Amino acid sequence: MQPVYLDNNATTRVDPRVVDAMLPYFTEQFGNASSIHAFGADVGAAIKGARRQLQALLGAEFDHEIVYTGCGTEADNTALLSALETQAGRNEIVTSCVEHPAILALCAWLEKSRGVKVHYIGVDSRGRLDMDAYRKALGPRTAIASVMWANNETGNLFPVETLAELAHEAGALFHTDAVQAVGKVPMDLKSSEIDMLSLSGHKFHAPKGIGALYVRRGVRLRPMIRGGHQERGRRAGTENVPSIIGMGVAAELAMRHLDEENTRVKALRDRLEKGLIQRISHAMITGDEDNRLPNTSNIAFEYIEGEGILLLLNKAGIAASSGSACTSGSLEPSHVLRAMKVPYTAAHGAIRFSFSRENTAEDVDRVLEVMPGIVETLRGMSPFWDGASATRSAFTPSYA
Amino acid sequence: MWEYSDKVKEYFFNPKNVGVIEDASGVGEVGAIACGDALKLMIQVDPDTDRITSARFQTFGCGSAIASSSALTEIIVGKTVDEALGITNQDIADFLGGLPPEKMHCSVMGYEALRAAVANYRGETWEDDHEEGALLCKCFGVDEGMLERAIRNNGLTSMEQVAQFTKATASCSTCAETVEEALERINAAMVSEGALDARDAFVVGALPPARRARKTSPLVDLTAPVTPTKLTTVQRIRAVEDVLAELRPALQGDGGDCELVDVDGNKIMVRLSGACVNCQLASVTVQGIQQRLAERLGEPVRVLPLPATH
Repeated sequence: MQPVYLDNNATTRVDPRVVDAMLPYFTEQFGNASSIHAFGADVGAAIKGARRQLQALLGAEFDHEIVYTGCGTEADNTALLSALETQAGRNEIVTSCVEHPAILALCAWLEKSRGVKVHYIGVDSRGRLDMDAYRKALGPRTAIASVMWANNETGNLFPVETLAELAHEAGALFHTDAVQAVGKVPMDLKSSEIDMLSLSGHKFHAPKGIGALYVRRGVRLRPMIRGGHQERGRRAGTENVPSIIGMGVAAELAMRHLDEENTRVKALRDRLEKGLIQRISHAMITGDEDNRLPNTSNIAFEYIEGEGILLLLNKAGIAASSGSACTSGSLEPSHVLRAMKVPYTAAHGAIRFSFSRENTAEDVDRVLEVMPGIVETLRGMSPFWDGASATRSAFTPSYA
Repeated sequence: MWEYSDKVKEYFFNPKNVGVIEDASGVGEVGAIACGDALKLMIQVDPDTDRITSARFQTFGCGSAIASSSALTEIIVGKTVDEALGITNQDIADFLGGLPPEKMHCSVMGYEALRAAVANYRGETWEDDHEEGALLCKCFGVDEGMLERAIRNNGLTSMEQVAQFTKATASCSTCAETVEEALERINAAMVSEGALDARDAFVVGALPPARRARKTSPLVDLTAPVTPTKLTTVQRIRAVEDVLAELRPALQGDGGDCELVDVDGNKIMVRLSGACVNCQLASVTVQGIQQRLAERLGEPVRVLPLPATH
């Protein structure tokens, strides 16, 4: 049986068309873009073409606003560290409680080692940012505000355009970690006030090991990696040419499939979600149903633990993921679900299904077929389940 | 994903003894839904023989929690209550062909549930979390009794291990200081009882043994006698053997070992094995050996590690 891959927020399959475009840059067009000879010049031109493809996906005004990095995490780190250096007299960061560790771990380190004050803005039970707290946290000491475009676990979208304007009112820069959003929602950076944006190729069918930081023209950037003059001195190190070419093609494909992502893929996600909620009692969708990525579904199944679900799904040939403590080794359920105050009865049993354009209706059917049995098996072993099923009506989570 | 042994997978995918014993002789419940795992163990005991005739469980938790619970029921059935009490969480882990370190708390949960069920059977009040002693870790409901049993049964000597075996401190970590003090106290008691080497005991604020070793290089004992006179080849080999014998317990303590292969002039060939193979600090170890040998032999030597044989 064909495996069903529903973990596209973790990583995506590299599109074969992307691989085809990359291959010549290993053995034929292998030059160093910095070289003067034809080998180098051709590669330089190809990189420029790839940069334009990415520019188009982001709706950026200039192609040179894109700085290639090794990954999304590097882009995030560069953005925050640069802002602290260039924003004289400002030593505070405003961010959210539900950011990716690429931001949160860096902030924790900055607090500890550099005395940077970090304001972590909370979210409500649906994962929506506390806008009042955000406004209040911004001030004359804020170097940069950094809020993700879309959350990796729930798919929640944050109002980044508005957040950027608010940051600017306080004289702060605004950065967004858009790793999960790029290629899934339309973007037009030239008409926004967003100063910096991080993205990662492998989330939209490009290879792993390539990312980019968008830096709006006029925003000063201090490089994190110093050395040669690559990327206009903003990120030293010989370009990862095949991956840059690949990410360019992936960006173009993502643009072409953007409508499909928001129609067909979204419909698959919705059918899976509705089907699971109908078939399985005491299950709830976490996140902001009306305002999230079209490909992401995070469903919490009460009274069972996520790892068991994933192991049984895996046995049935289905790949998904969980914010559950036991799969991560952290012993704690996801910081995102905890920030949303999802009750422990459910937070441990939260499963994320994330789609891509490569998923089919059959994939949804397969999950709908096996999931009720899996939940039943695990609930059958759970010491908490008997009481729950006896005392509470089906289809209603105990905390709805 | 975790690297679970085949046995863990087998006991997760096809767990034995799931369910309820309606009029169980003893019931033990540990953990809580908030903690991420919980186990209800039910045992049936033949009052004449004091033998456990059947055991069943219900578990909320990850794959290894379910496997550990099931393994526990398999282990205890047929044993007398006293025999059953003799098992430890390590027996559960061993039965399953080992558990990942981060999952050892699953086996501890089984061990605790067994104690609770037996207490219930014997009509004793189970020394519940709140009665037995101060609840040290409120997030995961770990009290001093459970902490001490886990530390003693498994010879825990670091905070990381304590978190892996009991989950204490792994959430809000506000209890870290209290748990550190408890670990220090219990380790100290174990040392005085001869159950633990003083060098391995946890001391608040001190670097862990491995790190201490790196910092101060205990492999080099500056007070060791230096033999300045020229040695015969046999004497040299014996001296080298002696030095290695002195160092071996330290290496073995870290799961490694070292044997002498050959002595050729000032070149001393050794073979590192066990945990030393692929250890990033192997070169530090080799240097330590080299320094110690140079001091003992009173001449510069080179220690050459040979590739492992397996």
